[in-house]
Amino acid sequence: MNMQRAKSNELAELRARLASSQGKQYWRSLDEIAETPEFVEYLQREFPEQASELNDPVSRRRFMQLMGASLALAGATACTNRSVEKIVPYVHQPENLIPGRPLYYATSFALGGYAVGLLAESHMGRPTKLEGNPEHPASLGSSDSFLQASILALYDPDRSQVVRHNGRIATWDGFLSMIGTAMAATEAADGGSGVRLLTQTVTSPTLVGQISELQAKIPGVRWHQWEPVNRDNAFAGALAAFGEGVETRYDFGAVDVVLSLDADIYTDVPGSIRYTRDFAARRRVSDDHREMARLYAVESTPTITGGSADHRWRVRACDVEAVARAIAAELGVPSLVGGQGLPAGMDHEAVVAIAEDLRAHGGHSLVVPGEGQPPALHALAHALNHHLGNIGATVVYTDPVAANAGLQLDSLQELVADMNAGDVDLLVVIGGNPVYDAPADLDFAAALDNVPTRVHMGTHEDETAELCHWHVPETHFLEAWSDARAYDGTISMVQPLIEPLRGGRSAHELLAILASGPEREGERIVKSAWQRRWDNGELSRDLGETFDKAWRRILHDGVVPDSQLPTREVALTAGWDQGQAATPGDGIEVIFRADPTVWDGRFANNGWLQETPKPITKLTWDNAALVSPATAERLGVTSEDVVALELDGRTVRAPIWVLPGQPDNSLTLPLGYGRRRTGRVGAGTGFDAYRLRASGGLHFAVGLSVESTGRRYQLASTQMHNSMEGRDIVRVGDFHEFRETGEIHHPHTHVPGPDESLFPPYEYAGHSWGMSIDLNTCIGCTGCVTACQAENNIPIVGKDEVANGREMHWIRVDRYWSGDVDDPETVFQPVACMHCDNAPCEVVCPVAATVHGSEGLNEMVYNRCVGTRYCANNCPYKVRRFNFLSYTDYDETPVMRLLQNPDVTVRSRGVMEKCSYCVQRINVARQDAKVEGRELVDGDVVTACQQACPAQAIAFGDLNDADSAIAAARKEPLHYGLLAELGTRPRTNYLARLRNLNPTLSADDQHLDAEDDHV
Amino acid sequence: MSEAPDVLKPDPVIGPGHSYGSITEKIASIVDTGRQPKFWWVGFGVGFALLQLFLVSAVWLLWKGVGVWGINNPVGWGFAIINLVWWIGIGHAGTLISAILLLLRQDWRTSINRFAEAMTLFAVACAGMFPLLHMGRPWFFYWLMPYPNTFGMWPQFRSPLVWDVFAISTYALASALFWFIGLIPDLATLRDRAGDRVGRFIYGTLAMGWRGSAIHWYRYEVAYLLLAGLATPLVVSVHTVVSFDFAIGIIPGWHATIFPPYFVAGAIYAGFAMVLTLAIPIRWMYGLQDFITARHLRNMAKVMLATGLIVAYGYMMEAFMAWYSAGPYEAALLDHRLFGAFAHIFWALIAVNVVIPQVLWFPQVRRSTTALFCVAMVVNVGMWLERYLIVVTSLSRDFLPSSWGEYHATGWDWATFIGTIGLFLTLMFLFVRVLPLISIFEMRTLVPGDSKGRGGSDE
Repeated sequence: MNMQRAKSNELAELRARLASSQGKQYWRSLDEIAETPEFVEYLQREFPEQASELNDPVSRRRFMQLMGASLALAGATACTNRSVEKIVPYVHQPENLIPGRPLYYATSFALGGYAVGLLAESHMGRPTKLEGNPEHPASLGSSDSFLQASILALYDPDRSQVVRHNGRIATWDGFLSMIGTAMAATEAADGGSGVRLLTQTVTSPTLVGQISELQAKIPGVRWHQWEPVNRDNAFAGALAAFGEGVETRYDFGAVDVVLSLDADIYTDVPGSIRYTRDFAARRRVSDDHREMARLYAVESTPTITGGSADHRWRVRACDVEAVARAIAAELGVPSLVGGQGLPAGMDHEAVVAIAEDLRAHGGHSLVVPGEGQPPALHALAHALNHHLGNIGATVVYTDPVAANAGLQLDSLQELVADMNAGDVDLLVVIGGNPVYDAPADLDFAAALDNVPTRVHMGTHEDETAELCHWHVPETHFLEAWSDARAYDGTISMVQPLIEPLRGGRSAHELLAILASGPEREGERIVKSAWQRRWDNGELSRDLGETFDKAWRRILHDGVVPDSQLPTREVALTAGWDQGQAATPGDGIEVIFRADPTVWDGRFANNGWLQETPKPITKLTWDNAALVSPATAERLGVTSEDVVALELDGRTVRAPIWVLPGQPDNSLTLPLGYGRRRTGRVGAGTGFDAYRLRASGGLHFAVGLSVESTGRRYQLASTQMHNSMEGRDIVRVGDFHEFRETGEIHHPHTHVPGPDESLFPPYEYAGHSWGMSIDLNTCIGCTGCVTACQAENNIPIVGKDEVANGREMHWIRVDRYWSGDVDDPETVFQPVACMHCDNAPCEVVCPVAATVHGSEGLNEMVYNRCVGTRYCANNCPYKVRRFNFLSYTDYDETPVMRLLQNPDVTVRSRGVMEKCSYCVQRINVARQDAKVEGRELVDGDVVTACQQACPAQAIAFGDLNDADSAIAAARKEPLHYGLLAELGTRPRTNYLARLRNLNPTLSADDQHLDAEDDHV
Repeated sequence: MSEAPDVLKPDPVIGPGHSYGSITEKIASIVDTGRQPKFWWVGFGVGFALLQLFLVSAVWLLWKGVGVWGINNPVGWGFAIINLVWWIGIGHAGTLISAILLLLRQDWRTSINRFAEAMTLFAVACAGMFPLLHMGRPWFFYWLMPYPNTFGMWPQFRSPLVWDVFAISTYALASALFWFIGLIPDLATLRDRAGDRVGRFIYGTLAMGWRGSAIHWYRYEVAYLLLAGLATPLVVSVHTVVSFDFAIGIIPGWHATIFPPYFVAGAIYAGFAMVLTLAIPIRWMYGLQDFITARHLRNMAKVMLATGLIVAYGYMMEAFMAWYSAGPYEAALLDHRLFGAFAHIFWALIAVNVVIPQVLWFPQVRRSTTALFCVAMVVNVGMWLERYLIVVTSLSRDFLPSSWGEYHATGWDWATFIGTIGLFLTLMFLFVRVLPLISIFEMRTLVPGDSKGRGGSDE
């Protein structure tokens, strides 16, 4: 509606009108103010079609409905950069699109290059939620926090929106002409040898093909890869063991015993979502299935893997190799070159027990080396797996998933050397942020100065963008076409759900420009690459008769079938073991790890991840130097003390967080914080551990000096108290006892029955919803927390509010420690609203804003809530969350409105909220069943947390349905209701955690009894 | 029946040498001289300034939301509820003095009932601010009341907060009526003494045509006695219901059957402390030592001592039951209070509410207005601390240690609290200025030797 036709003589009149109006007025166009006949006509006729019905009293109600709907739509249109004229009611409604019903598209999310397939939910063109793709091998329908939160990045208002040249807004055409000239100049001068590409890990076949084409066209172009949390160690370890850098793929579905050597198999290892799922299946017990795989963890920084392990030993990262050697020696692994005895934290008895157990389960055991452990340990792990007969059973090898396999550190060092030598004329950084995350000793920023033309493509104007001449906004993966490989090599398709909100370009499009290729649009680039593959017969003809059919099929499925990399036969080289590297010194060790929520820094501006409590520390919004209680005492520091850390002359200041389970004499510095240039969310959070991280010690180093500064820095943790206080909260039992007797020892309490209440019990004639959470398979990863946040429009509140205990998560994962304060045992317990049958919250609400539903749900009526908070006070589980302030206020960031799930009410200030058992999903399932003329069946309703859970620890369903999974869970002997002795009769129940202890490791230092806790 | 020896007779409740006229003159002149002493202006000024603070903090609160206070998860109630209970408790003494002591024919109540009732009303007004302000969406406060509406919704009658609405509003209404009925004869006196038309009109309107006829007096006495009978159960019921806010709850530290009696005793304790806090300076300022005599102060001290002991017994039983019940959560909370994170609050409370008031056993203390004033102030603080202990510490340490949290009051918490003290002082000083702070006609009944006559004989 191009109506801005105000002539200059009218403008004065318009100004006068505006000036004379009272208060703040919103006007849509100049014509509105002018009240031109066209506008009046337009108002009446054009957009709100039934507006004239206002005069008809009968249909006034209908008018109000339409008005509400069109206002909502008008609000939505204001948030995109689409021009207004496109937002009109559909003339031809797209096929399959039913207003109010979401559509799902298969696409992929990649972290560190490794793709996980997902299904993106789209409401009227707005992506609102991501779920795992059940047909994708890396997901099977599950997801994790990163995947769940990656959708928030799409709407991040701080994403870069414009091409910049030397910091000033420039045009895309300007960039095109510059890059064309520069490429041509360097090609003419020296065959393009001054052109360098720097990417993150690339697994996309299409992108690799494009780079190859570019290199074929301009042979001098060189491609470097750098990712701060890379897989160099795994690659170098495979190289040492087998003479080639093969990829290791595990099959946790076949394991009985797993030994993790500082590996966080639930987070860090590519394929961790799938591994978690497979391993959980091996650890899930029931009355009928009393088998449970055992997990040993020898680890440095406490992780969820160690927290879920049956046995955990804490050793310094530099000592893990010695432990591995001792186990290998005990097992008699051939070609082993010496060992040095056991480090502190590990005794010989344990080594023997682990070795025996691994040996006894040869072919069903698995040794997993940590990503941060040196190549020698990876080689050791390969040798161990070989020796145990695990190859081909629980471990297989394939060609590398990532293209351009090679050590990324070498690649980056080479680039920096060339930059310093002045050999680089044009550097194109595609994704990544090397200025921030390159090893400190390389001084990437200084080297960058020697490059005459620097181009950065990224989603944010970050540290690297700041130092580059040109910055080009990059698309989010939900805005772009691409493809990528999963952990097993399966090619996963990436397709856009929305036009680029910020006008970015994809890496494919940039490369097409660099190569002056014929196709310049992402879709055509990717599609034509696949067309070529089809033409070359690389795609199965089963997909369809024509390419178009096959193309639609792989886009629909999200995966290219049978694209998994074939397994390889590899043999250990003769001299695979070079012996242990130099003895680590006695100094304080520093460990660098990707942060469990912001990873290497790429998620620093992601509010959901910032506010998701880190699984072990429960910290939000900051990283901290993690130190064991004993070491903290020795250093004379305590949590929130700021210390000055110095390593090889590089210094950084960091707050201390005392973490039970951290090895003594060792500090862990999570990466990814202290960003100097990021958005509003990430600004001012944490400290930058990269400043200490040198290429000689990317993962750990010894010789840190710690000086107290006398300053304090507040950290926001969501859990202040870490002991169960001897209460029957998380039931932990002995697996052997369970196997023998079918039950476990736990305190016996009287659980009042339904008749022991003043109020008559409710009758549930239809459905009766219930949830069961298996603490034995729950790994405490907090994926459910982020999934719930995404599903239920849960706002973030910021660090100060979290520190004040006002976080809004509907589900939280409690983490308790028991036993020794330095070396505790860890348990996790997800807690959301229990939907009590005898709910303490319901009786105290003065206005009946929280009521008992006919299907057992404890229902929160936001519109009725007046905010007395009595319900929250009276909730024994403290799962209710109050909008103390206006947390969902998107006046400043209206784009966030697009993200909201339209099926879930957005709560206002002063209103209580809590887990609803995803009632919107129950209702949709009910509607679907009704439309299909059938009854709801088990599995129709899947809650967001349940769907996300990689361990499938959450079951949900109808308790009235005797055949349902939830009804079966209720019959399990391990099932119990949290605080059921209060008579609340919770509908969410738990299955007790079991520890599958090695019987030969005497239980003298194992604390099974909840009473025995000192933390 | 022989005359008791002088030493056994209680001290008189009115100073010697007073006649009807002198009583009327003394009390009524405070109102109708038109000029107030300096300390009135100082007191009113301070109160009025603090009232502005209240207005500012209330506006800010409504603008931003209750998040400006220190409340959080798990401590969903903080200063607001502490202050509510504190003010309501203070509001107890008025009705107790007026109604119960009237029924018990305690003649010493006469000189203190008027301003004690006023105190009650103003304290209830202050208390009433908090349930409104503490709501997340206070503009829907009326949803707590049963009224016909298009939602077809009643309040949820199982909630103690609904009971609170009824209990507090009933109490406020009954107290106001009682106070007003008691004022009518004095309003007539003021009407008759008023020098200008405005005064005559206002007091005359309020006096509702009181002419002092026998039938007036007869009806007055009946109405007053009936209202006293009506108000008496309210004294017990209000704080009982307020205590249900906690006792009905499931939280350790709240869920205790001792709460109703212990809250009522605590309320009387607090109420008498506040009456003393007000009476001592007022009698000194306006020279009313003849009317509010040492005997009044001593009696109030004794009531405080007695109710203080009940409160101490309540503390003891609460602790004993926590231990004796062997409930792990209650016992753990006790441990936190006695020896843990809240030990400083608990022992401070014991010191100010239990130990220090024991000095009232000594007659010398009961006779010393300074000492009494100090003890009363200590008890005022102590009763506030008690509510802090109940509200905050119970919520801070409930069932699941993972959700334990701390509560820190913000500046706005304090501003709102202090602001209501301003409201209270403002209302109190206005009351002293415009209404007789001691019941004139009832005082006249105390003039020795002539307790039957109506009206002065020496004018």
